[in-house]
Order: sequence, then C-alpha cells, then structure tokens
Amino acid sequence: MYDMKALYQARSVEDAVALRMAHPQAQIIAGGSDVLVQMREGRRAGAELISIYRLDALRGVSLEEDGTLRIGSLTSFSHITRDPLIQQYINVLGEAVDQVGGPQIRNIGTIGGNTCNGVTSADSASTLHAYDAIVELTGPGGVRRQPIREFYIRAGQVDIREGEIQTAILIPRGSYENTFGHYIKYAMRNAMDIATLGTSVNVRLSADRKTVERARVAFGVAGPVPLRAETAEALAQGQPVSAELADRFAQAVKEDINPRDSWRAARDFRLHIAVESARRAFLRAVELAGGAL
Amino acid sequence: MERQYETVRFILNGREVERVVDVRASLTDMLRNDFRMTSVKKGCEVGECGACNVLIDGEAFNSCIYLAVWAEGKHIRTLEGLLGPNGELSDIQQAFVEESAIQCGFCTPGFILTAVEILESGKEYSDEELRKLLSGHLCRCTGYENILRAVKKTMYRRLGKGLPAD
Repeated sequence: MYDMKALYQARSVEDAVALRMAHPQAQIIAGGSDVLVQMREGRRAGAELISIYRLDALRGVSLEEDGTLRIGSLTSFSHITRDPLIQQYINVLGEAVDQVGGPQIRNIGTIGGNTCNGVTSADSASTLHAYDAIVELTGPGGVRRQPIREFYIRAGQVDIREGEIQTAILIPRGSYENTFGHYIKYAMRNAMDIATLGTSVNVRLSADRKTVERARVAFGVAGPVPLRAETAEALAQGQPVSAELADRFAQAVKEDINPRDSWRAARDFRLHIAVESARRAFLRAVELAGGAL
Repeated sequence: MERQYETVRFILNGREVERVVDVRASLTDMLRNDFRMTSVKKGCEVGECGACNVLIDGEAFNSCIYLAVWAEGKHIRTLEGLLGPNGELSDIQQAFVEESAIQCGFCTPGFILTAVEILESGKEYSDEELRKLLSGHLCRCTGYENILRAVKKTMYRRLGKGLPAD
C-alpha cells in the first residue's frame, strides 16, 4: 500500500484539467516511476494523486502536416526507441531514452514525466534541448506551446501552470531535418543508474558533407537544469569538418557549462568528461552524417 | 480518513477476473493478497530489483511501482501462468533448472518473465543485447552467467537453431 490520501483518475485530457483545478494541491502521476518511489520513501507521503496514466490519447508518435514530430507525453521510453518515425528522423532520442534505468523502467517511464520532474539528469532532456523541442501544455485556457529551454525554471521546477498538464513534446521539422545525432551517458553502471553527465550532439552537414552547417550540443548534469553550449555551436558553424574542429568544439563547451560537485562526481571531473564526451559525440554525429574526417 | 475503493477487471493468466481494491494498493499487493500469486515477490519495492516483475500486455513491468487500479482492461501474466495443465514446467523454467540458474530463487520469477518477453519477440539477440535486456533484475546468489545461459539456450531452441560455441 502506498501512503496516499486520495487518487483521482483522469478519463480524458479535459477531465485531467478539471481535476487539476479542483485539487490544485494534488500531484500528477504519469508512469509513476518517480512519484511512487518518492511516496514509498516518504517524501510524498500522504499526497493526493491525479493519475493521467490511462489517457491513451497521449500515447504514440506522429507526424503533423507541417512536418512537426509529435510525441505524446505518455509515450514510454521503450515505445519511443522502437518507433519508426523516431528511428527515421531523430534516432538519437530513441538511443538516449534506451539508456534510462532498465527495461522495466523503460516500459513504464514516460517522456512527459521525464521532463516534468525537472531534473537535469533526465536522459531525454539534453537531446530535447539540442533539438529545440517545444512543450505542449493543455490547461483551462486551451493549449500553450513553450520552448523547452523556457519550460525548465530551476532544478526540480518546470513551468506548469494552474490546471495544466503536459500533453506532447514537439520537434519542429526545421530542427530535426537532415540532422544526425549522438548521445553519451556517462554513469557508474551500464544499467539502473543516473547520469553523472549526459551529452547530446547533433550536426547538419553541407550537401558535399565537408562543412558543418549547424551543430548543436546540450548537456544534462552540467548545471542545475539541462543546457546548451552555444559558444561551441557558434564556433563549429560554417567550419570545414575535421578532427581538429572536434577538439576546438569540445574545448569550447567549457564556456557555457557550470557543473557542480556532488557525491556522484566532482565539478572538475564533470568538466573533463564534458569535453571528452562532446568531442566523441561530435565525431560520431559527423560520421553518421556521412562526413569524412 | 475515508478509504477509497475501485473495481478492477482484467485478464490474469488468461482468466477474466474482477476485484474491488483499495486505490492505495500496488499491483504487487493485489496479485499477492487478492489472487495468491506469490511468485510475484516483494523485493526492493522501489522498482530497482525486478523481483516483482510481471507481463502486462506482453511487456515487463515492476508491479511494485504500478497502481493496482491501472490493471483495468489489461492482460497480466505471472509465473503461475507459465505452468502446463498438469503443473509441467515451461521450456524457459526447465532451462533455468538445467543451467543451475537458481539458488535462493527470489529473483527467478521476475527474471523468467523478462525472459518470456525476450523469447516471445522471436528475435535472435547477441550476448550483449541479452545482458542489456536482462539488466533490470538483481540476483544476489547464483550470479548472472547461468541465467544468461538459460535464456540464450531457450532462445536458440525456440529459433530451431543450435547453440553457438562460446
């Protein structure tokens, strides 16, 4: 038994919004792999829960008319990894969420929950930042769309307003088109561990594959919220592809990141692996894009 | 505080069932207490050890971090559902016996149900892929090599292929 005061099960998105308005103090629960564990540990003991888990309308990946990739907020990590649209357009996201926890966690954990809990180590978050994802929130006033960078306010806090629930993650076509990406999770174990550092890089090369048209890099656990390293991105843009560029790109990430000392790793160590991960992920992304080094 | 109950209808090991459950119950609580499915073990109860693993609509889930009321309309399978009509062991259970993949047995039901999901995919996996697919379970006695061997052996048997030499 969970130490739960009450459970409200939403039957539709509208119902979820109504429940949020009626019980503003209640915690939303999607897959529950964070909320139920926190409840078990006593941190959310006695809480009221609004369950949105059974809203199947919020599951699945689709392509909208304008080419926007739409990921329903309750889509599980394992379903994202296996989805043909994800594999075709943004395979790096499928690879990143395939490194969350273990197989059972990836069957229950959702991309909505992974972003709404606001933690910097979320395996989906750096890739979503690197692709300028848009967070779709549905509330009493209708639908609101917000860039993911503005969605994260501070550690553990995201911009979900009164009565709102997150209903989708959107990746605009201009963001994912013709890009190739790679994610590196640095952790102590291969499974059931939280990232010491997460690095997601994606590149778009010129038609002759000799020049970087656009490079993006985002990190988890390099600051209180996931963040982009724009100095490195600007440095690589328009430059000829080379191993030397990878080195300069990687060194430049230090301009924008601000990792902390924690029991998992020291700041200096995180800085070190951030540079090395950025270098390796950049090289791999260029390789996937067909660039010659 | 007033207790809150809900009626849950689902398919358990091929049989339609219905119960009125306390909304605070986990799926582990309901399967053990209401249905005597004692193969579903209470281990860590925070989704880390895999001892409570069951199959829901063919996918592996830690039932300790799954609300009992979410079972509504689902097909749920536990180890008890693998036995033949006269209590015969399934091929994967037999392989665990043959490979000495069991010592205390506490992790075994969970491991076997993950193995069932792997085997039912009909795919051939490399050792590295199998290790990753089995990584959501902790075993504190026999160790993982024998378990890996049992799953691998059954996978090749079901695929109608011989076990490759190590």
